[in-house]
Amino acid sequence: MSLTADDVKKIAHLARLGIDQQNIDNYTQDLSRMLDLMTQMNDLNTDDVAPMAHPLDQQQRLRPDEVTESDQREKFQRIAPQVENGLYLVPKVID
Amino acid sequence: MHNKTLIELAAGLRSRSYSSVELTQHFLSRIQQHQDLNAFITVSEDIALQQAEQADKKLANDDGGLLTGIPLAQKDIFCTDGVKTTCGSKMLDNFIAPYNATVVEKFNDAGAVMLGKLNMDEFAMGSSNETSFYGASKNPWNSDTVPGGSSGGSAAAIAARLTPAATGTDTGGSIRQPAALCGITGLKPTYGRVSRYGMIAYASSLDQGGPMARSAADAAQLLQMMAGFDTKDSTSVDHPVPDYSADLNQPLQGLKIGLPEQFFSDDLDQAIASVIQAAIDEYTKSGAQIKSVSMPHLDYAIPAYYVIASAECSSNLSRYDGVRFGYRCQNPQDLEDMYTRSRGEAFGAEVKRRILMGTYALSAGYYDAYYLKAQKVRRLISNDFKQALSEVDVLMGPVSPTTAFKLGEKTGDPIQMYLSDIYTIAINLAGLPAMSIPAGFVNEMPVGLQIIGNYFEEAKLLQTAHQYQMVTDWHQRTPHGFE
Repeated sequence: MSLTADDVKKIAHLARLGIDQQNIDNYTQDLSRMLDLMTQMNDLNTDDVAPMAHPLDQQQRLRPDEVTESDQREKFQRIAPQVENGLYLVPKVID
Repeated sequence: MHNKTLIELAAGLRSRSYSSVELTQHFLSRIQQHQDLNAFITVSEDIALQQAEQADKKLANDDGGLLTGIPLAQKDIFCTDGVKTTCGSKMLDNFIAPYNATVVEKFNDAGAVMLGKLNMDEFAMGSSNETSFYGASKNPWNSDTVPGGSSGGSAAAIAARLTPAATGTDTGGSIRQPAALCGITGLKPTYGRVSRYGMIAYASSLDQGGPMARSAADAAQLLQMMAGFDTKDSTSVDHPVPDYSADLNQPLQGLKIGLPEQFFSDDLDQAIASVIQAAIDEYTKSGAQIKSVSMPHLDYAIPAYYVIASAECSSNLSRYDGVRFGYRCQNPQDLEDMYTRSRGEAFGAEVKRRILMGTYALSAGYYDAYYLKAQKVRRLISNDFKQALSEVDVLMGPVSPTTAFKLGEKTGDPIQMYLSDIYTIAINLAGLPAMSIPAGFVNEMPVGLQIIGNYFEEAKLLQTAHQYQMVTDWHQRTPHGFE
């Protein structure tokens, strides 16, 4: 199965992933080859097979609804790209 | 000192033959001396010496456990509070982790000394270490070749005696393949055996941390410390942790070894096949029975893996948005520009390929054809293993279809690189434990034997590996220049 450069641009947009214009063709080619590899799965009939999401088919555990974390805002914000008055700063979203 | 096992090192510390500070300085100076291997991303000298001093105080009071005062190293995928944790990526080049991974906490509680953080493929996506933002680590057996990946820095450092042991993680072979290529011992535990808390996520249903060391006996010591239930990891399994060293010296009575036909097809290099055969012959000499088993769905493991791993990767890596931590581009125009450029500038090509692939596989209209299909194939592969392991105790085969390849040889062809995981990937899909142990050489490059066991039977794997290491010396070979 092969993808077009426009497909790749669309996927990159969905993933919010910047791709250099000059590399689009390479990604298009690589992804098409990866898809060829993946379509090999179609040789297998899996009609009555239950999908397997987790190796041990475990149930999600529940825990009491209690606060277990302490407030470490300053520590966590020390590694943020831009912070002011305890808030994470991003480019303006609403004018 | 650098050729001793963990148990010997611990005995030396207790008999005061050397202090933890002396031992730590010895390994730090070896790391310095062999910088050109590029095995470490960060050497945490100050912390190491501090931890060593503390360990010496404990040892002076005859306090502490087996690993107290022993220098070890962490794959740079484990978060270390106050120490740069990069995951091999430009995205996290400025990331000083604000907390410890559970595995790191366990090392600290045991009084181990952390020499530093080991090189790896970017976000553990790669089989050669070449996708690391910091450049590839090199294979100590031949510096023109790759150490394997993604835990290549761990394997190279252990083979070069820069650390007695280290951690690794394995999503599709990332402990076993570098262990094989560098001639060391590596164990990928059962999924859920070792906590993933603070272990930077790539593909959450496949990722598993484990020990890398020079022998099965040392790996058993390390796994003992790493394993166990953790409430902070929702996929951690609450299953008792046995004494992994208890049965190491018990002879293998009537061990039944299964050989998957699909592991010994024409694709396998003949010289490697002979090494694997010789290792299996060694087991038959000690009374093991051999049985051929067929696992008809193994051929579909690579396509299923790359759908599942890419899909999970695209979800997991969506957290890197330039807002709370990690890389942010200069002068973003607006929010979308910030996301797109931060991610575009900081992720390498292989990570981008997998994010794109995963995003596509999960996008509307394609989910059933790719992701759901892959999960069904995963079930069939897992059933193959269940069937095979109901007939035999362990499965054996090669780890890698070739010995270490040349740096740059496969970087231009991602598919070729994926195929180097052909014998390891299916085990992650099934979630089973498996080991790689040194089994010989082809053209002076190490070859690994893979041993696969049933769920939570790490002790049996370690025993099977240790019994082989009692009668062979492949695991004691040292690359030239690192004696």
